[in-house]
Amino acid sequence: MAKLKLALYWAASCGGCEIAQLMIGDKILKLIEAADIVFWPVAIDAKYDDVEAMPAKSIDVCLFNGAIRNSEQEHMAKMLREKSKILIAYGACACRGGIPGLGNLHDRQSIFNTVYRDTVSTEKNGNIFPQTLFRVSEGDLTLPVFYDTVSTLNQVVDVEYYIPGCPPEEKTTWLALEALLEGKLPPKGTVISHNVKAVCDECSRKRDIKKIKKIYRNFEIIPDAETCLLELGLLCTGVATRGGCGALCPQVNMPCTGCYGPVEGVIDQGAHFLSAIASVIDSKDEEEIRTIINDVLDPVGTCYRYSLPDSLVRRASLK
Amino acid sequence: MDDDIKIGVYVCHCGHNIADVIDVEDVAQRARKSGNVSVSRDYVYMCSSKGQNLIKQDIMQLGINRVVVAACSPRLYEQTFQNVLRESGLNPYLLQIANVREQCAWVHEAGLQATEKANRLVHGAIRRVSHHSPVEEQSVPVFPATLVIGGGIAGIQAALEIANSRHVVYLVEREPSIGGHMAQFDKTFPTLDCSACILTPKMNEVSRNPYIRLMTYSEVTDVSGYVGNFAVKVKRKARYIDEDKCVGCGICQEKCPWSTASEFDAGLGMRKAVYTPFPQAIPNIPVIDRERCVYFLKGKCRACEKVCEAQAINFEQEDMYIDLQVGSIIVATGFDVFDPTPIVQYGYGRLPNVFTSLEFERLCSPSGPTGGQLKLVSGRTPESVAIIHCVGSRDKNYNAYCSRVCCMHSLKYSHLFKEKTGGEVYQLYIDMRCAGKAYEEFYERVQGEHVHFIRGKLASIAAGVTDAEEDNLILTCEDTLLGNLINISVDMVVLCVALEPRHDTEQLSHILRLGRSHDGFFLERHPKLDPVATMSEGIFVVGCCQGPKDIPDTVAQASAASARALAMISKGKMEMGAITASVDEVVCSGCKVCNALCPYSAIFFDEISNVSRVNQVLCKGCNVCGAACPSGAISTRNFSTIQILAEIEGVLA
Repeated sequence: MAKLKLALYWAASCGGCEIAQLMIGDKILKLIEAADIVFWPVAIDAKYDDVEAMPAKSIDVCLFNGAIRNSEQEHMAKMLREKSKILIAYGACACRGGIPGLGNLHDRQSIFNTVYRDTVSTEKNGNIFPQTLFRVSEGDLTLPVFYDTVSTLNQVVDVEYYIPGCPPEEKTTWLALEALLEGKLPPKGTVISHNVKAVCDECSRKRDIKKIKKIYRNFEIIPDAETCLLELGLLCTGVATRGGCGALCPQVNMPCTGCYGPVEGVIDQGAHFLSAIASVIDSKDEEEIRTIINDVLDPVGTCYRYSLPDSLVRRASLK
Repeated sequence: MDDDIKIGVYVCHCGHNIADVIDVEDVAQRARKSGNVSVSRDYVYMCSSKGQNLIKQDIMQLGINRVVVAACSPRLYEQTFQNVLRESGLNPYLLQIANVREQCAWVHEAGLQATEKANRLVHGAIRRVSHHSPVEEQSVPVFPATLVIGGGIAGIQAALEIANSRHVVYLVEREPSIGGHMAQFDKTFPTLDCSACILTPKMNEVSRNPYIRLMTYSEVTDVSGYVGNFAVKVKRKARYIDEDKCVGCGICQEKCPWSTASEFDAGLGMRKAVYTPFPQAIPNIPVIDRERCVYFLKGKCRACEKVCEAQAINFEQEDMYIDLQVGSIIVATGFDVFDPTPIVQYGYGRLPNVFTSLEFERLCSPSGPTGGQLKLVSGRTPESVAIIHCVGSRDKNYNAYCSRVCCMHSLKYSHLFKEKTGGEVYQLYIDMRCAGKAYEEFYERVQGEHVHFIRGKLASIAAGVTDAEEDNLILTCEDTLLGNLINISVDMVVLCVALEPRHDTEQLSHILRLGRSHDGFFLERHPKLDPVATMSEGIFVVGCCQGPKDIPDTVAQASAASARALAMISKGKMEMGAITASVDEVVCSGCKVCNALCPYSAIFFDEISNVSRVNQVLCKGCNVCGAACPSGAISTRNFSTIQILAEIEGVLA
């Protein structure tokens, strides 16, 4: 049997997904045995031209991590789509937009203003922003176009499978790779994870009726080891987040932040979480309700931490 | 989209209601251009039989398999159009109504924009109905027994109506006897019938009817299950008297050496520690009040035991719990009267000869503490009385509502006072409300009896100082017709106190899962069109527990509720709403977010499977749980995310 041709690529991401891919540990030897890595910019020296030169559909599987927020990433997504038989959105950013997706609360100019002009550590030497084209005597220097809107991978190209997580757990990655190596492919569109249910299904904390009288930030209370964090008033998004991770965070007193994305079949993870919280606020008094929810300092960042571009509204309206 | 889907769109003119504002022909024409729409028509009244036939014909002849009706609110005619589908052999849930009347024609001015909005609403409905699939209707069998809670006139009437059609009724009454407030009244307005004379025969009928299982001195403590099959737990408080042995001779009451204030006489008379509340009590079996009985308090006496020839006294009795199975429940728990003590300026409890209306009833009653003689505390016959309306009613400090019966019983009191003493009567009223058959005529009659009607609210009552053996009462009030502040001196004052929800209504509302309206009374399903049903299927509310009302209205409601209960029994089954929520157990993580939310307590947690489940009989399809479910595991039939998104997309397209 011919060896599998594997490509790995990163777009708008932090690099954590690459680390996560290496986290499969000695299983990587198994992987190398069965697959040739034909493109992996973080580890193997290859140029875009090399990919360009590959025939269409010559890559068997491409693991693509990161969201799409500039023209270079879009270009590479399209190119890798053309060259790959199976394109997999790897990690929260490629699947749902991830942390960079929160950029959809802003636009290019306001992000540039912050990054290149307004931060305290930026030298105050006028309005100097990145340009897409700069002419010098040696020739033209170009930079990719930075978009107003961050997109998920499947908003740009067709995607076969999704591996969730920020970053995906080692066991989740291996579940996908194993299926690929064994040729046991799930139906197109499958989110590959050990669980279709929410994180609560895997969480060892004791669940009870939920009634929230006060919402806390993580540093404000030290939870006991037993009680459901949401019942304690910590906004644990585990109720609205696909399991498969093993409920690692809540078991070390950290509320789930939602990186495995919505539960199977759910459109708009953040809306579901928000609606659940709204339903369990324990008050009928409007003023009291306002007081309780005012403790949520960052509602979008809490409910949509990894999924704003994937939500029904997608972004804040552009002026 | 599915090629087999053939949608028919029917746009109603609703006479001029819709057609004058919206270009209905344009709506019909535009609908025809949407995908999967095979036919669209407009007609002057879609709800008429001719309009309905248009739909039927298209289903039969053109093979239409989805229907959109653009007309009034689905609350009005959805069932009618569902029937059209049913009669045409189509599942009734393959219908979607676009409300272009209340949500469009009635709220916009005629013009292009109104028509555009109607077009969008219709387009949303077209997109949505493509995602509809048949929904099966369910029914549950009805157990042919009924529970009536409360043995006042409402409960008595309801129990008799049902028992007379030979169906079992459990009548549960908390007091030792049935009869309720009506048994305490002297005369009834406007006919001045003796209350006991018309009530006692009905009470006797209750005791004789073999289909009525009467449980007095008992309370409902738990209700589970659902319409058609409720499981009820009744606490039968220990009477300490063997009901099978007692012959009702009354010797125990006669010989009991211990007395206390009689609740039945509103505290004005005395009763014994072993007692029946009044001579005509049903059942005529006393109870021993363990709070007052010296044997229970100090361990000595047992006088009653010694005199009881039937050997019916049993101090060893204990409270018993009885389980009942019933198909429906009629709640007839009545009212409490407002305690006017907090209105300190009226002096109730402080000034002698200031009475409440219920106390006045007992003073007038021949079986009351004075044998029907109107007497002041001193024993003298009063020469004048002031009857104060709206005490605790129509008063934002206490109850904003009108108690409805006070105007009429005030008139009755005027008449009775005149009849018994010939003295002066002052009526202090805000508005005279005498709506009812022969009520206005009664008002006129009493006006002719030289009663002083003063329109104004009483400010205060003070004790006047006179040479007589007891002080008279000086009333200060504004006469709003004269525009003057006036003082009136009287011997006696009657405060016509408000009718309030029973003090433990909250507790019963939890047991029965009943809603309550703003004023605290039980909430009916619809104030006009469904006044005795509640949002809990199979549970009805009648009489004053639903809101203040007079005896005729109470009796009418009791009859109405029993007709509803009997209809369920004769049908043998109850059709349940098909639009219910269900949990996708593959996805449910058992997070319990939904568990406390259901207003009908339809959600329960299955500890073994670690998932939440929805009881299909209790569920009303409100989708509160579905909205809350963070996993999207709960969906309500015909309100799936796909259907709702399709509708939104259709409207926005």
